[in-house]
Amino acid sequence: MARCAWELFEHGADVGVRGIGATREAAFEQAGLALTGVIADPRRVRPRDPVRIHCRAPDDELLLLDWLNALVTEMTLRRMLFGRFEVHLADGELDATAWGEPLDPDRHRPAVEVKAATCSELEVSMHGDEWVAQTVVDV
Amino acid sequence: MDLSRLLARDDGLWELPMQGRMRVPGMLVGSRALVAAMDDKVLEQLANVTTLPGIVGAALALPDAHWGYGFPIGGVAAFDAAAGGIVSAGGVGFDIACGVRCLLTGLREPDIAAVKATLADALAAHIPAGLGSRGAIRLRFHEMDAMLSGGAHWAVHQGWGSDADLERIEAGGQMLHAKPGEVSDLARRRQKEEMGTLGSGNHYLEVQVVDAVHNARLAEGFGLAQGDITVMIHCGSRGLGHQIGSEFLRRMAGEAPGYGIALPDRELACAPILSPTGQAYLGAMRAAVNCALANRQIITHLVREVFAVHFPGHALPLLYDVSHNTCKVETHTVDGRPRELHVHRKGATRALGPGHAELPPALRAYGQPVLIGGSMGAGSWVLAGSGSALAFDSACHGAGRAMSRHEATRRWQGREVIRDLRHAGVEVRSPSLRGIAEEAPGAYKDVDAVVDAAEAAGLARRVARLRPLVCIKG
Repeated sequence: MARCAWELFEHGADVGVRGIGATREAAFEQAGLALTGVIADPRRVRPRDPVRIHCRAPDDELLLLDWLNALVTEMTLRRMLFGRFEVHLADGELDATAWGEPLDPDRHRPAVEVKAATCSELEVSMHGDEWVAQTVVDV
Repeated sequence: MDLSRLLARDDGLWELPMQGRMRVPGMLVGSRALVAAMDDKVLEQLANVTTLPGIVGAALALPDAHWGYGFPIGGVAAFDAAAGGIVSAGGVGFDIACGVRCLLTGLREPDIAAVKATLADALAAHIPAGLGSRGAIRLRFHEMDAMLSGGAHWAVHQGWGSDADLERIEAGGQMLHAKPGEVSDLARRRQKEEMGTLGSGNHYLEVQVVDAVHNARLAEGFGLAQGDITVMIHCGSRGLGHQIGSEFLRRMAGEAPGYGIALPDRELACAPILSPTGQAYLGAMRAAVNCALANRQIITHLVREVFAVHFPGHALPLLYDVSHNTCKVETHTVDGRPRELHVHRKGATRALGPGHAELPPALRAYGQPVLIGGSMGAGSWVLAGSGSALAFDSACHGAGRAMSRHEATRRWQGREVIRDLRHAGVEVRSPSLRGIAEEAPGAYKDVDAVVDAAEAAGLARRVARLRPLVCIKG
């Protein structure tokens, strides 16, 4: 049975984020959690306020890049962290909702800000019965 | 790294000979130990850079090089627009014009011994640092345009510094030919509350003491003596630069096939310098350089405000400010003739040699101050540029990471790092314990070995070693 999980992976100076799920959508959602995981423990983030995100790209990899960079931008502009994601993919378009709350340094204990998602190690693919969506983020 | 693929030269250089699609050789700078310790990915990335159109001379990996994204961090590559050369958003990086500046204080180590902890608290309280921190300055639209065009000039004219600062900043404190019109609304919005903020990650503000002088003449020329107190600031163009980097990387990745550019790695996304996208990126990137210069100028003003309270009458003049994530148009002699090149430095600093016309008169006899940030435990260096033709007048920018952030958090706890550093005489202040663990001194290479290698290869000369006393981390 396919896992539904996120993890961080090693990179020389920065951090890799990886989402794993039974569907591409689930892998994208888990990649969103991994992005939050670079900054803080996602379990500390209350999924209170919804933010809608829409992206369009010519392939899955660039769509993942756009998705993560849209989250980075929203986190910065709104000074929020996100703890829950719902992603719909169709015809090269992503429609998603990210739920989160305003950053609370005392409770969230943020480690570092993410500057951007990069194309390094960028991959969206099937591994057995699991979808994997991953890339390296610059911190 | 597997050294068998490299040709060892007797001047601290290691050549990756041309093969396959490489247009020029790759060149690594460093001792056998430093180069051997580099990840194989550095060599792979360096080889990829040599395949890009219009590259000139050699692609370089400096002694602090480590695995980056696209280009290695600690890399230099120059491109000729007239030969179809490219400009790469990934080759500059997301933190455009991240850089270092060093302030002199006129104070001696005993002057601050009794107030070190108080000074650390005051600096941490006065200078916004860490995720989500906000600056006190809010820019309206037309003010943002003026900042993006004016850089440190703009900041000084707002009252945050003096004209004397400007001649001690690379390019006189202002990157010309910036195009604020190419800076997106999102990039502007990300910067709206981030002027005068330090950021997080490896950015810092340190109060340091000159621990050792290695070249008395150069040190005197730079105004440094053993026991002197200095302040070093390391930060960049904040959210505005990050957004510009993201947007143009994406745009270039999409357009590269249309320009007939085959990318071995999408992160090398680039556009011909003379293309509309290339010109738009250069205009936006230069605006981000100005943002970084303005940001460091505002932080300098905040530092001066804190020192004015604790040490009235000390002016804190600027030794120098130099960026290490840039693409600049420069003239270099290649194969015996001068050529105008777009020199990408990603995690590499300019290092002009003695006599260079762009240096201010007071520094011209010595060469450009090269500021090498180390870790918060190991210290930093001031070097003097040698003007290496091979390296396009460049030198390394820091110690370089020796391990990932993930590995660092497995090995160290933030509280332990802070305690150990206090025992070593360093007062650390940071809103993030995990951030401190990720930046633990042991996570970085030996900065002294990096500097030795830079000197041995003729990139820069050692002037003085600086030891941290106070470190403010984001």
